[in-house]
Amino acid sequence: MSTQITPAVQRAEEPARTDLGVVGTRALRGARRPGGKRLSRAGYAAIAIVVFVCSVFPVYWMVNMSFTPPNKIISRDPSLLPLEFTWKNYVTAWTREAAPGQTDFPHALASSLGVAIAVVIVCALFAFLASIAIARFAFRGRVVFIVSVLVVQMVPGEAMMFTIYNMVDDWRLMNTLVGLFIVHLASVVPFTIWTLRGFVKGVPADLEEAAQIDGCTKSQAFWRVTFPLLAPGLVSTGIFAFIQSWNEFLMALLFLKGYNLTLPPWLNSFQSATEATNWGAVMAGSTLIALPVVIFFLFVQGRMTGGLVSGAVKG
Amino acid sequence: MSATLTEPDAAPRTPSARPPGIPGTTSAGRRRKRQPITPWLLLAPSIVLLGVMVVYPSVVMVINSFTNLEIKNKMLGTPADFVGFDNYIEVFTKSDFPAVLARSLGLMVVLTALIIVGGMLIALLMTKLAKGWRLLVSIGLLLAWAMPPLSATVVWGWIFDTQYGLVNWFLNTLTGTNDFNSHSWLIDPWSFMLVLTIIIVWQGIPFAAFTFYAGLGQVPDEVLEASQLDGANARQRFRLIVMPYLRNVVTAVLVLETIWNLRIFTQVYALQQQGGIASETNVLGTYLFRQGLGEFGVTAAIGVFMVILLMGISYFNVRNTLKEEEL
Repeated sequence: MSTQITPAVQRAEEPARTDLGVVGTRALRGARRPGGKRLSRAGYAAIAIVVFVCSVFPVYWMVNMSFTPPNKIISRDPSLLPLEFTWKNYVTAWTREAAPGQTDFPHALASSLGVAIAVVIVCALFAFLASIAIARFAFRGRVVFIVSVLVVQMVPGEAMMFTIYNMVDDWRLMNTLVGLFIVHLASVVPFTIWTLRGFVKGVPADLEEAAQIDGCTKSQAFWRVTFPLLAPGLVSTGIFAFIQSWNEFLMALLFLKGYNLTLPPWLNSFQSATEATNWGAVMAGSTLIALPVVIFFLFVQGRMTGGLVSGAVKG
Repeated sequence: MSATLTEPDAAPRTPSARPPGIPGTTSAGRRRKRQPITPWLLLAPSIVLLGVMVVYPSVVMVINSFTNLEIKNKMLGTPADFVGFDNYIEVFTKSDFPAVLARSLGLMVVLTALIIVGGMLIALLMTKLAKGWRLLVSIGLLLAWAMPPLSATVVWGWIFDTQYGLVNWFLNTLTGTNDFNSHSWLIDPWSFMLVLTIIIVWQGIPFAAFTFYAGLGQVPDEVLEASQLDGANARQRFRLIVMPYLRNVVTAVLVLETIWNLRIFTQVYALQQQGGIASETNVLGTYLFRQGLGEFGVTAAIGVFMVILLMGISYFNVRNTLKEEEL
């Protein structure tokens, strides 16, 4: 399934997917020169370990700190393991207000979840319809629409932040989750249309035709044959939309205040509160925010490389 | 292929009218008369959304950029005056915007170069590794990539903390002194940029590495072996055999990274919160944000400039994408 959205990358008969562990690049491995000044196996393994440690260490350090008691975190000699393991930081992160008069974690979590889930559902619906239109119908304006979708993705939201702010303000949606939802939705829909279009194109139209010959109506053929084959595409683009909305910081920072904050501005307030920052709790909060993203990422990362390369620019 | 599905029993298809493999724009004429409405109904929600949330504000922004619209116009409900190019002239001559722009562009070049080179090196490394080691590297990269940018910045900010940062501790240990107690990395704009670069490159390399690695898998064994037999050394093989296969992928990643690195906001803003001097470390996004609500005309002018800049870079991406796709 992943071949359809990755035209630039996956073209060979055996797609080199980037899914963890799946990959087999026989090509270059076979092409080693005996002798020469190439590194030994052990040499490569050593570099691999260095790369692994460099990649993982900050993540490890965040988790480590989140389990370390506050008095140990504020120490000139940091301990590399959470020897005095504690859950206290998580309790603090969960219960304390970000700053006086601002939301606590559970409410920010609810806000983030609410916006992200709404974005996923509506975005999947909009993009699904649009991708069917551009992948399955020939009509005047089709190419214009596709080019527009690509171009719209390039318009940087941060350049328009105050124009959009004014607009949302005029609609009386400032400091509401609905306002944020609309902004997030508009920012993920173009990419999703583009990605889903690849999936729709990847399901051969012949399959539907065959089903129709076997007696299905056109819509039956679509829902029984094509739609199930599109489900993986819908799931992965949905996850992508979720991650986008979950991580989005700028507009949430600009739009929301007080008790309506989503998680990123919550974390921002929480760590820059005027009183001495409770770093253990900040790390616990960061870990909690990162957790769902990391889990979702495991499912979609292979498609994300391809999808992003083949036309999207949201990051 | 795609066109036939809408109405499989519709038109008598003549092979000449519809070359195989090309979506049937040729038969579109007939279909348009029969069923012009369905695709537009399917597109309607997206068109309305993007029209309202992207096209309309873009137009408004361009208009505002030529006026002296301020927050008080909004409060009092009075219309703003047309001021021509005054906002643009002001932004480029009487503000620190040129410095911010130069900083943004410089940072973009450095970040993009580091990410592309680092990603390529790691992708090449992965092709040399046995399966287990490769899995290990993949997991590491994946974790770095998956970290939400804000969480990542908070953690790195703590690693570089003035009082209790790991880096200061490490440097103290390494040098056997206490010189790095209370060394604050974020106060100095240059070391601020160093920390920022580390954060963004650390998060950016995995995408480049995975994409390049997937691209490397497309280089056929036979060609490589043949060139090897012909006596090409590793560098020649990379330059003459591998790179042509990778060109598209590298171009795509290059353009994307250029755009992303010009648009960075979260990492810069969060790091400024942790101790940077905002006025000396702003990039385009944070500069605009810190302009704050108020002089909408001026911020719109900056916004228009940013859009033009990014569209210019994106042009190559759109063109490449369209070239790759048979529409």
